[in-house]
Amino acid sequence: MTVWDVLLWGVLPYVMIAVLVLGTVWRYRYDKFGWTTRSSQLYESRLLRIGSPVFHFGLLVVVIGHVIGLVIPQSWTDAVGLSETAYHVQAVVLGGIAGVCTLTGITILIYRRRTTGPVFSATTRNDKAMYVVLVAALVAGLATTLLGAIGGVEHNYRESVSPWFRSLFVLQPDIASMARASVEFKIHTLIGMVLFTIWPFTRLVHAFTAPLHYLFRPYIVYRSRDAGPASRPARRGWESIERR
Amino acid sequence: MRVMAQLGMVMNLDKCIGCHTCSVTCKQAWTNRSGIEYAWFNNVETRPGQGYPRRFADQERWRGGWVRNRRGRLQLKAGGRFRKLLTIFANPVLPNIRDYYEPWTYDYETLTEAPLGDDFPVAQPRSLLSGEPMSVEWGANWDDDLGGAPEHGPRDPIVEKIRAESEEKVRFEYERAFMFYLPRICEHCLNPACVASCPSGAMYKRTEDGIVLVDQDRCRGWRMCVTGCPYKKVYFNHRTGKAEKCTFCYPRVEVGLPTVCSETCVGRLRYLGLVLYDADRVTAAASAPDERDLYEAQLDLLLDPADPEVIAAARREGIAEDWLEHARRSPVYQLAKVFRVALPLHPEFRTMPMVWYVPPLSPVVDRLVETGHDGESAASLFGAIEALRIPVEYLAELFTAGDPAPVTAVLRKLAAMRSFMRDVTLGREPDEAIPASVGMDTERIVAMYRLLALAKYDERYVVPTAYEGEAQQLEEIGCSLDVDGGPGMGGPFGEASGRPVPVSVETFHALRTRQTSDAVADIGDRVNLLNWDGKGRPPGLFPPRRTEERR
Repeated sequence: MTVWDVLLWGVLPYVMIAVLVLGTVWRYRYDKFGWTTRSSQLYESRLLRIGSPVFHFGLLVVVIGHVIGLVIPQSWTDAVGLSETAYHVQAVVLGGIAGVCTLTGITILIYRRRTTGPVFSATTRNDKAMYVVLVAALVAGLATTLLGAIGGVEHNYRESVSPWFRSLFVLQPDIASMARASVEFKIHTLIGMVLFTIWPFTRLVHAFTAPLHYLFRPYIVYRSRDAGPASRPARRGWESIERR
Repeated sequence: MRVMAQLGMVMNLDKCIGCHTCSVTCKQAWTNRSGIEYAWFNNVETRPGQGYPRRFADQERWRGGWVRNRRGRLQLKAGGRFRKLLTIFANPVLPNIRDYYEPWTYDYETLTEAPLGDDFPVAQPRSLLSGEPMSVEWGANWDDDLGGAPEHGPRDPIVEKIRAESEEKVRFEYERAFMFYLPRICEHCLNPACVASCPSGAMYKRTEDGIVLVDQDRCRGWRMCVTGCPYKKVYFNHRTGKAEKCTFCYPRVEVGLPTVCSETCVGRLRYLGLVLYDADRVTAAASAPDERDLYEAQLDLLLDPADPEVIAAARREGIAEDWLEHARRSPVYQLAKVFRVALPLHPEFRTMPMVWYVPPLSPVVDRLVETGHDGESAASLFGAIEALRIPVEYLAELFTAGDPAPVTAVLRKLAAMRSFMRDVTLGREPDEAIPASVGMDTERIVAMYRLLALAKYDERYVVPTAYEGEAQQLEEIGCSLDVDGGPGMGGPFGEASGRPVPVSVETFHALRTRQTSDAVADIGDRVNLLNWDGKGRPPGLFPPRRTEERR
């Protein structure tokens, strides 16, 4: 265990979590008006209607795959009789398909963003930086999955990355486990941490307000004037004199 | 019975001259910002015509509003909750900017910067989206006054439908005979499909006055409301990534002022007023099996504000006395329910729209006069209403889901009023038989005439104010309609981030003073056009007079 290992796998994750949580809270308080998908569908619909669902649904599968791979210990899958080889075959096949979909989707979306004039002019520098990190994370992730499968020497991340990931949440980071992981997994993890660090400051925040509550609320929303923004505390410099 | 109050509007189409003053003043007040430059919260369409955005009323294409499903229940035409969430990554039926029109400006700089030459420099149109030169091929009002009607007119969904149904081939020359204007704003529906479509729950109907608004802080730009609204009156601001819509000028109506479009209407054709309705019965009314019953079902929801039972129920719901008083004087209730001359726009969308229209009699009158008949005699007017099948069918498709009977009844009432009042004005013996032939008496027809022809400012706009006690809070309703370069546009995360600018700059009491005083209230050098009542010359609004300069 070198100093670098401690910094990268013992310190950086907590910095990332702190920035992610505090940054999100801060952004939500400070910038509700900027909290949006900033959709460009009004300008161009044809490519978006292919690229966007392919990307987003692929990404949802990728996220589920990550949760399963990182959260469920190997001993549990062993206990239900799923062999390591069988687990990896399904993970590589499903993960590979989802990863390729996601990457294809984002390729279409970036191509659209670059070639459609109005969409490109609506792209900020912030967006561009975010795209670089996002694509890097996707490419590195897909590479670890596919290279492992092609190279034949399968690195079992459920013995290195996953224990480290779970150990983070009990505040006992298992740095040694992560230090044992292969280089490609380390790179992917690092890029992933960078992505989550910048997350609250990019348009990616829209994922945190996925409108699942839509399924459970009545169709017509009534709101009183009182319940609206008017009842929020006055902003600095706008307080009423009569109020305390 | 759950009584709720709703602010509504009536437009008398006979008086609309298509001058677009309402659209222009509305645009100046609400949508002159970049990102929403293509949007017209108020627009005036020439009918027959495609409307704005193109063919918006064709719900087989745009899938707005509600439908009644096989089990007799209401369902969003674009699909239910699960379908909405499954298609959230790319809305399958979002109009493209070209269905509205691509906004543009002109390259004015060329006019002053061009080098001296033989040719006049030309200011070319440039797209406001990409900045590239473009050719202007469509606009919010491209077919104004039937311009290009031979090409564009036949694509009006109602014209298409009538042509498909009529056995004879209707020539467009014939439709030209009944051109009229249709000003449109958000309908502030009792059963709003846009609110139901919003996944975030950012759109809401205000309990106090029924105004439908978008909470700019909660909107996440999923764009489902644009699809949900069958009138296409929710617009997506492509720079802020938020939905925006007609606000019924709530900062104005809260202090008792009429909306900007009403205030500036040259023809004085708009009426504002409260109606009381039974909120418990809205869904049932909107689920009527036959589309043609929807108009009656909607009228049935409106409660009589003079009925003691209704008043008691309204008090239980906490509706204030002065609001009930205003409801009793409401011109909207009078025209829609008492006189039954105002009709809802496209009731078949099942949203229970609350902007009502008095259909135009003028096409019938014009036709009579053109052919050398007496355009003010009851007999010939009644005859013409029966004979002019196409205009009546067209109006019926617009206002009563295709049922010609209510439209004919309204036109006959207007014709009776016209003919009866001619005798009164000319000092002849009034003919009692004329009002009787449309089921009215002399007194009622004169009252209707007063309301439609003579009503003064305070009779046309019967708008209750929000309470004094709430006035202080009203100052700070955040509305986020910030201007280019304002704090909202240049936040740290690109455009549209950062805190919104409050819409009300002046205090409630300053507004009241200027509303009620004859002189100009002193609020310094700043003029809020939204609240300017046209009186006097507020400092800073006009350049100084020459005489002042000389001094």
